Amino acid sequence: MSEPILKVSNYNIDFWVDGVWYPAAIDMNFEVKPGQVLAIVGESGSGKSTTAMGLMSLLASNARTSGSVQVKGVEMVGASATTLRQYRGKEVAYIFQEPMTALNPVYTIGFQIVETLRTHFDMGPKEAKARAVELITMVEIPNPEASFDKYPHQLSGGQRQRAMIAQALACDPGLLVADEPTTALDVTVQAEILDLMRNLRDRLNSAVLLITHDMGVVADLADDILVMKDGLTLEYGTADQIFNRPNHPYTQALLASVPKLGTVAARTLEPSEGKSAAPVLKLENVEIEYPKRGRIPAFKAVQGFNLEIYPGEIVGLVGESGSGKTTIGRAAIGLLPISGGKLEVVGQDISHASQKDLRSIRRQTGIVFQDPASSLNPRLPIGESIGEPLFLANIAKGDELNRRVEDLLDSVELPRSYRNRYPHELSGGQRQRVGIARALALTPDLLIADEPTSALDVSVQARFLELLQGLQEQLKFACLFISHDLAVVDILSHRIAVMQNGRLVEVGNRDDILKRPQEEYTKRLISAVPVPDPELQRIRREARLAAK
Amino acid sequence: MFKKKSKELVSQTGENAIANKETEGLSQGQIVRRRFVRHRAAMISLVSLIFMVLFVFTASGIHLGNETNPISFPGWWNWSITDIDPNLTVSPEGIVGAPTLDILPSFIDGTGMAIGAHPFGQDDIGLDYFALVMRGAQQSIVVMLIIGLIAAFIGTVVGAVTGYFRGWVDAVLMRFTDFIITIPAIIIGSVIGFQFGNLGVIFLATYLGLFSWTGLSRLVRGEFLSLREREFVDAARVAGANNARIVFKHILPNAVGVIIVSVTLLMSGAIITESALSYLGFGVVPPDVSLGLLISKYQDSFTTRPWLFWYPGMFIIAIALCINFIGDGLRDAFDPRQKRRITKKDRAEAKLAKARA
Repeated sequence: MSEPILKVSNYNIDFWVDGVWYPAAIDMNFEVKPGQVLAIVGESGSGKSTTAMGLMSLLASNARTSGSVQVKGVEMVGASATTLRQYRGKEVAYIFQEPMTALNPVYTIGFQIVETLRTHFDMGPKEAKARAVELITMVEIPNPEASFDKYPHQLSGGQRQRAMIAQALACDPGLLVADEPTTALDVTVQAEILDLMRNLRDRLNSAVLLITHDMGVVADLADDILVMKDGLTLEYGTADQIFNRPNHPYTQALLASVPKLGTVAARTLEPSEGKSAAPVLKLENVEIEYPKRGRIPAFKAVQGFNLEIYPGEIVGLVGESGSGKTTIGRAAIGLLPISGGKLEVVGQDISHASQKDLRSIRRQTGIVFQDPASSLNPRLPIGESIGEPLFLANIAKGDELNRRVEDLLDSVELPRSYRNRYPHELSGGQRQRVGIARALALTPDLLIADEPTSALDVSVQARFLELLQGLQEQLKFACLFISHDLAVVDILSHRIAVMQNGRLVEVGNRDDILKRPQEEYTKRLISAVPVPDPELQRIRREARLAAK
Repeated sequence: MFKKKSKELVSQTGENAIANKETEGLSQGQIVRRRFVRHRAAMISLVSLIFMVLFVFTASGIHLGNETNPISFPGWWNWSITDIDPNLTVSPEGIVGAPTLDILPSFIDGTGMAIGAHPFGQDDIGLDYFALVMRGAQQSIVVMLIIGLIAAFIGTVVGAVTGYFRGWVDAVLMRFTDFIITIPAIIIGSVIGFQFGNLGVIFLATYLGLFSWTGLSRLVRGEFLSLREREFVDAARVAGANNARIVFKHILPNAVGVIIVSVTLLMSGAIITESALSYLGFGVVPPDVSLGLLISKYQDSFTTRPWLFWYPGMFIIAIALCINFIGDGLRDAFDPRQKRRITKKDRAEAKLAKARA
């Protein structure tokens, strides 16, 4: 057996906050050998990223570390700044979550790779450029020579992440630390990046420390898994052990809350609420255009879009980023004007509606936004945020309003005492509940849910979806559920619509779309979703590669 | 049903009453007021400022109107700003016109505490300096408040409207703002001062306020441009809010930090601008005084008769500090992220609760 590249033993990280040491990682023990992938999984705040940053002493100055971190046998805890600099980039390279912010926007990607190379090796500019082009070729960015001179904003999200990987691989590092490398990417792009990482590991025999919350990604790539919660190691074992025979109840719960494609029984509409009624939302040949601004030409975000939603029905709208999902959602509630076609909401034509006309449909519609941190006014206590629609619709005032707000808080399972809290005092999941409570304050006929779970942890997401489902069954509103996550849509929807580049690809009953997709794009989308089961994922991956 | 329940709760144990109090709905305004009242520095400053205003205004009385038909309410101080005392006070060291105020008790310097005939001393020609400083502070406070209010109002409204509506409203109003910025206030001031002479401090302050809102409006516009794109604005619109409500209820409280910091700086700077314009003969002209005028007049006597410099300077600093602390308190009260500092008592309580658990 070869020597481990990274050996961590009895490693602790604490942060000094308000005069108290808060532990962020407690007694960590793990090792990574060449050619091996260790995944650290856990929910947000579990200390997984902190651990990864701590390995090379990249923490803020209020942190203290103890124990031992050995990279190729050299101790890193308490090492001098010079030693650390020699090892950073050369032996241990990092890939960050958001490639747009991790790459410097004012330098070309070629320059940034060359910089890394020339910092660590005695290399001439020509040599370095040749090596950089070689690296760009290796990470499969098209036109390596031309891409060398491109700026980060000229590349797509997936290409940027590839450029980051090329930079990280510049010095043939023994260990690659990938901190949520695919979280910001679409599923199809994510599948490609994961393939690339697997290829590189096989070819270069480097070790990978993968930090992620996505069990599907873990199943796809990891050999060993370490489960973290609140800074503690709960379970450490091989992928097979963790997925098939989890010991710790938390791991079991975590795995149970991950939505899995095609495991939920079909939901059928009761006949009374079937298609006999008039549709709540009706889009006919809808076209939405972002007008030109200065030299940027007009952009058609949506064209020729047809969709109908009937009372009591949940329709999932899926597609990759930039496909126009959110645009549809915002238009359906009158936040964006449509430039062509016909849009009917709760029986009212709002294709060319003025602000005044729109006010009447506000009472019958609600929207839950993607980012709960941004959609709640930070200066308004949440009780007031929830009560605002009621207050503005002149339905309730004073004591009556207070009572309604309390009822709404009860219905989304939040304590009533939270009403005087500000949004920043709540967790992400709680904030999203507030978002739902506000959207449902007027008991709307139509609810638009725009990626409401994308900012949430899996276990929180599972509870949130349960809550939404319960409320829907109780209140019977129609819902357009926008998501990029097929598994989430699978849990909730009666019907699914698939979108690509502003056009509707396919729409049909949930099972028809997921099990018998007709269009090539839908098939590709479904096959790219990683499933949280290593064995199944391997079969799916091979099938996908064979189909290529 | 809930009402009944809450009434029952009130009559129950104290713990329940506390829980009930927590669920009592508070509006944004109520929470901001509570937080402001809890801000110790701001409350001390507010009380000091009110005390200072009362003291200053009652000391020298209120004098409005011009020389031909004055409207005067006399104050409790026995010298006015035009009364010359022919008997110059002389200190034991032999300095003429020295302050007679002695706040050190007898066990320190042996002379005991005293106010004397001219507590702040006398100026070159024997005018009572206490009367001058009181009158000056009065003028400066009026200037500061009027400039602050006018500039804050115009700047916020213009910035909010341009930032929120954009389009042609923005283009027109911002070009108008540029136009105002290009005109030096001093020049217009001296021209008006030359044409119309001394029109009094209120006119001066109003005029200055009309020219000093430009920076604030730019800042507010910038804040609004970024805040209007936030999702909570869309959420408010979906809830049925109209433009006025979105601007004043949702966006403005988020921009309050910028507005308050900018206005407090503006108000502190107003004293200086006022003395500059008064120097040019516009606004406050002798025999009337303002703190800025007193300081600029006696800046040369700092080494020989420093009290002529100290007393007006002390008042300027005290007023400016009070305004700044009040602004600080307001900003913290509006910003929910600002937490009260954890005191020893809180820590002890937390420890106790932990031990109990």
